[in-house]
Amino acid sequence: MVLKTTIKGFSTAVKGLLLTVKHLFGARRSRQAYNIQDKNYFDLQEGITTVQYPKQKMPIPEVARYQLEVDIDDCIVCDLCAKACPVDCIDIQAIRSSEAIGHTSDGSVKRLYAAKFDIDMAKCMYCGLCTVVCPTECITMSDKYDRSSQKLTDLIYGFSEMSDAEIEQRKQEWSIFQAEKEAAKNK
Amino acid sequence: MAELIIHIITPVAIFIFIACFTLFAVYAERKIAGFVQDRLGPMETGKYGLTQTIADILKLLQKEFITPSKADSILFAAAPIVIFVAVFIGFSVVPWAPDFVPAHLHTGIFFLMAVVSIDAIGILMAGWGSNNKYSLLGAIRAIAQMVSYEIPVGLSLIAAVMITQTLNLNDIAYLQGVKSPEQIYFMGFWNVTDIGGIFAWHVFQAPHLLVVYIIFFIASLAECNRAPFDIPEAESELIGGFHTEYGGIRFAFLFLAEYAMMFLVAILGTVIFLGAWNTPLPNIGVLRFADWTTGLGWGLFWTVSKSLFIVGIQMWIRWTLPRFRADQLMTLCWKILIPLSFLCLAISGLWRIMVMI
Repeated sequence: MVLKTTIKGFSTAVKGLLLTVKHLFGARRSRQAYNIQDKNYFDLQEGITTVQYPKQKMPIPEVARYQLEVDIDDCIVCDLCAKACPVDCIDIQAIRSSEAIGHTSDGSVKRLYAAKFDIDMAKCMYCGLCTVVCPTECITMSDKYDRSSQKLTDLIYGFSEMSDAEIEQRKQEWSIFQAEKEAAKNK
Repeated sequence: MAELIIHIITPVAIFIFIACFTLFAVYAERKIAGFVQDRLGPMETGKYGLTQTIADILKLLQKEFITPSKADSILFAAAPIVIFVAVFIGFSVVPWAPDFVPAHLHTGIFFLMAVVSIDAIGILMAGWGSNNKYSLLGAIRAIAQMVSYEIPVGLSLIAAVMITQTLNLNDIAYLQGVKSPEQIYFMGFWNVTDIGGIFAWHVFQAPHLLVVYIIFFIASLAECNRAPFDIPEAESELIGGFHTEYGGIRFAFLFLAEYAMMFLVAILGTVIFLGAWNTPLPNIGVLRFADWTTGLGWGLFWTVSKSLFIVGIQMWIRWTLPRFRADQLMTLCWKILIPLSFLCLAISGLWRIMVMI
């Protein structure tokens, strides 16, 4: 009994040692950064698997769900993305304008100023629902995924390009317009 | 006066060698571990992470001495010294090249076995002095293991000593090559006194000595608490075993002792079984490879390279085999290795009487 287990133990130990020595010498090769969409991706079983991340990056698919990107010039501030967001990570403040401000690249008329367009990347769960509902396709998913920061608040990305003074000015314009309209109605 | 200086230089040189070896071995260990597991190992500090261990030791040297408030401060402080000194003294009788031996002792092996056993006391001191349940458990396991495995180590050495008829490690080394004062027979039938090389090594002088060497190798792995016999410092169960509470330079010394012990058992196995400083190249007719590659420089080269090779095997085994359970450990020792080494001891006696006359 003892003899049998011993012999089995030694033979399995030898088997294990041969396996590890194969890997030890297999380490001369290093697995290259292959795209996961490559057909031969799962054939790569030998060599070192480590990807030395900041120096070496794995290729990523062209269309994938990474960080959100907003082209604020195309945004009509419709707030649909903020409503679609399941985790409420998009915070939009709009200022109404008395007349059309301009046109987006697909011809939609812009009537609202985006005083604030913040996306909290710490909350975002990368579902991509906001990109689906966007009528002007201004909110999209980019290929960036490695933004890290020291502070949590750095993860709130602001996409609005308006300065405080500008916001104040637009607000005043709107209130003046409102007051004028009110006055016209009361006449 | 000159003799005194030599007596001072020798231990310092050995200490520097051990320190350098440890730095190199820790790096090698981590690289081998990485490659075996398809990783890269340390890569960031220096080119290919070459200065990683130097950075590690500098970090350890800067750390403050922390003694737990409930610890036995004397035992706690003395343990790393006892452990390291026990291993360090072991190097004093090991020959590195022909007649290049710190202490030419006639009872070399006996002395070495006796001194290295003190290591166990040091470990118990560390475990008890830490006043920590994990340390104590680790120390108890270590004692049980080291005391048990001392027996197969001792018996396998006796089996070899019965063939060599001397306890002097320098003389044992001489008996395995072209400089042998006695006739050497390969497996007892082929006179290789003039041929030398790998055929003259003790493992090939008698068929059972190969088995004896394997027993010695396994038991010595357990002696230095290496995986797969690392239950005294089983990280997953005992945090760090007996050195849980140690930090800074004290931990560095425990670590140094561990790697020094690895090298010591490797060089001891090399000296007794694998031809010590003798070359593996045999004389073939007019090509006197064995004669050409024997001498002080070559002797150092062969001893160190053979020992490093054995250390490499120890690391290879460490990163392959999982840890033994305590009862499996004792089964292997008492039910397999000890009976087997007794058998080899008997064969050695018969071999000496019947074949070597």
